[in-house]
Amino acid sequence: MVGLLQRAPWSELADDLTDPVVRDALRLSLVCSAGATALAFVLGLPLAWVLARTELPGRRAVRALVLLPMVLPPVVGGVALLLAFGRRGLVGQYLDDWFGVRLPFTTWGAILAEAFVAMPFFVIVVEAGLRSLDRRYEEAAATLGARGFTTFRRVVLPLIAPSLVAGAALTWARALGEFGATILFAGNLQGETQTMPLAIFVELQTNLGGAIALSLVLLAVSIVVLVSLRERWFPA
Amino acid sequence: MTLDARVEASVGALRLDVSLDASSGETLVVLGPNGAGKTTLLRVLAGLQPLDAGRVAVDSAVLDDPVTGTWVPAEQRPMGFVFQDHALFPHLSALDNVAFGLRARGVRRPDARRRARTWLERVGVAGHAGARPRSLSGGEAQRVALARALVVEPRVLLLDEPLAALDATARIDTRRQLRRHLEAHDGARVVVTHDPVDAMTLGDRVVVLEHGRVVQSGTLADLRERPRSRYVADLVGVNLYQGMADGGRIRLRGGGELLVTGTLHGEVFAVVHPRAVALHRREPEGTPRNVWTGTIDHLDVEGDRVRVIVAGAVPVTAEITPAAVSELGLTIGTAVWASVKATEVSVYPV
Repeated sequence: MVGLLQRAPWSELADDLTDPVVRDALRLSLVCSAGATALAFVLGLPLAWVLARTELPGRRAVRALVLLPMVLPPVVGGVALLLAFGRRGLVGQYLDDWFGVRLPFTTWGAILAEAFVAMPFFVIVVEAGLRSLDRRYEEAAATLGARGFTTFRRVVLPLIAPSLVAGAALTWARALGEFGATILFAGNLQGETQTMPLAIFVELQTNLGGAIALSLVLLAVSIVVLVSLRERWFPA
Repeated sequence: MTLDARVEASVGALRLDVSLDASSGETLVVLGPNGAGKTTLLRVLAGLQPLDAGRVAVDSAVLDDPVTGTWVPAEQRPMGFVFQDHALFPHLSALDNVAFGLRARGVRRPDARRRARTWLERVGVAGHAGARPRSLSGGEAQRVALARALVVEPRVLLLDEPLAALDATARIDTRRQLRRHLEAHDGARVVVTHDPVDAMTLGDRVVVLEHGRVVQSGTLADLRERPRSRYVADLVGVNLYQGMADGGRIRLRGGGELLVTGTLHGEVFAVVHPRAVALHRREPEGTPRNVWTGTIDHLDVEGDRVRVIVAGAVPVTAEITPAAVSELGLTIGTAVWASVKATEVSVYPV
């Protein structure tokens, strides 16, 4: 950290940050990490519910699969995504043939790659939140005439809101820093799939100042996330 | 009959097997020690848990019957449930907690809030309408929970240990008010409690539940005069014996004999009121009476009386004045004779 701050070209920081490559990367990072977080939310919430609340036979296997990307090297994840969603991939060929949807080397692909790597954080935090939720609130809602979905919307969601926020923040932070799976599955096209970590990698070889400026932005983001969630993990 | 139920269910090792009914305007108290299955019984009635066998019906509409495969889920049952520690929604104000049931039934927000406010006024917590549950006292939370259950006008109101979460002062006050609100509700009420005082204050009829079974049911006077289990006898504070009667003599189960004036034969219960037990330091003489020896195990001061628990071949509790205690010089471990006149023993068949 100190090294990063000490070498920071403070005077040229403004120039570096307005460079088109940097601006594109910044914009793409925000778009992709937000998209990945949204995707994790939409897919992860039902998944967390299933894992926390049902007695589905294959539940343990599903959990293992969901959590796998946490321990899997992201590069391997990228290869797997290519084999699945690539143009000749298991799912990808049908997406292409039937819907004309091509994911690899597109912004959507970058979003998918980031979501793949980051979603486990959301699922794990939200599942824990659901498990620690006192079931009697749902039972009370039922005895008051609320059906399943009403109870979920008006009782469960508000009560697990802290978990949703924490899970989304972690997911977003992880997605923001995603490198391996993204570069493998989505490539490194400026303005299309080149997010900040990818741009840092490229800049480092030609323009150290730009790389440092981008790194500083990511560092600042990490600190903001940490500070805003500290109450949750390190209560005073 | 408003509520008519026969419930067989298991909770862990406990087998619950209970029949009960309650009509409109009546409060049925289910009284029993912890772990007797009281809460499970309420949960089955409310539809939060299925029954293994039996039947639950309200106003002759069947809600749960495994034989016919009938099952009405909790949210469609005409029942209100007041949970032991209230289970108020922590993210909603008292007002919105009460309005919840109406909103879930499709009542529009302004209308639901207006009716909820009326109920908060009725139970006397309108001043806390905007408060979150965590800032309410135990008594206030209890009233909000009651209003929340009553606002949807359930045919049957179920209350699980409604006063257990309150401290002693709030309890007395809330108990009296609760009785008033229960009487104002025109459906049937089922109150579960382990506290005989609650049972006596709130209930019209009592069902005593032990180990998942009904050991006795009836009015409180029935319970007091003819307890049918050690638990009930302890609750109403009398000595209960069981044995084989042969006219004026009962051979007690735990050993020893009891002389009575009855003419019953066979298995009987015998009740001796502690006030009918006299204690002596020397062996007493005279009229036909039961005399047992023992040592004092315990002395409990209760108001202007002292309950003296005497351990011996025939354990007995006597209730005497503090003056008598000091006159006789009774302390724990003192050897005493306890005597009971045969006419003071009431005997009834098992």
